[in-house]
Amino acid sequence: MIVRILTEGQYRVEGEMLDSIYQLDEELMDALTQNEAGRFHELLNQVAGLVRSGEHLPIEHLVESDLILPAVDTTLEEAKKFFED
Amino acid sequence: MGLMARVSTIFKSKVNTVLDKAEDPRETLEYSYQKQVEQLQNIRRGIAEVVTSKKRLELQVSRLQQSVSQQDDNARDAVRANRDDLAQEALSRKQGLEAQVGNLNTQIEDLAREEARLNDLQQKLQTKVESFRTQKEVIKAQYSAAQAQVKIGEAFTGLGEDMADVNMALQRATDKTEGLKARAAAVDSLADNPAFQNDALPGSGDSIRDELNKLKSSSSVSDELAKLKAELGQGDNT
Repeated sequence: MIVRILTEGQYRVEGEMLDSIYQLDEELMDALTQNEAGRFHELLNQVAGLVRSGEHLPIEHLVESDLILPAVDTTLEEAKKFFED
Repeated sequence: MGLMARVSTIFKSKVNTVLDKAEDPRETLEYSYQKQVEQLQNIRRGIAEVVTSKKRLELQVSRLQQSVSQQDDNARDAVRANRDDLAQEALSRKQGLEAQVGNLNTQIEDLAREEARLNDLQQKLQTKVESFRTQKEVIKAQYSAAQAQVKIGEAFTGLGEDMADVNMALQRATDKTEGLKARAAAVDSLADNPAFQNDALPGSGDSIRDELNKLKSSSSVSDELAKLKAELGQGDNT
């Protein structure tokens, strides 16, 4: 799976790591819908940390991503606005 | 569905709007390349705008700091003249100005982060555009229109993602600088106007909180006044 972290770059993530990411990602969505800014921020950083432990793709590679994670400093409000637009 | 899958879905629709698709895939390559070059220019403009806003804030900070020391001098003169009322007034203004300086410094840090982010994105995009340009020439030279269509697919979406990413970052930076422009005018008048009063600061919309803030501010003014008097050897003799 190719995962992009916005404003950072793309990573190839496989196996157990990917499972953990999926699990945290569900919680992330939950934090967003429950309006829990602190938890949202924490999970966002946690997911980003896992993604970064994957293989970083060279910048000049032009490939499509399977999953996209917002920039790690995205606020809860910004994330909500993104889904509204 | 998790957050990332949702973001991807929304993002893919943005990707389709950042790049032009033409009938002939080789034309698509040319159009896209033009767009990329334009976007690099947009980033440069975005960076310039952030830098300008930051400079403006820095200028305001230095002006406000001058006003702060002016009020400090006023307070000292007032204490020497045994005018506690004037000293309190000056200290209260001084504290209001200091609070503004604190706010501005936070915003300056924020803009510095945006500037760094955009600079980083610019460099990455530059590399990607260069890579796209090379691929484009290879595809144009070696493949028929039908084959090119297939070849282009992935590079095209990959780069489209990068461009949509940059667009979002630019939008974020623009939103921030726009928000600051409105506030900047207010701060300018604050530094210019010697009759500035704490009451003129916008309330928080919570009347109890406002009242408590006033109390807090008046007690810190008294504290500072006492300190100033001690410093000037005019301790309260009453």
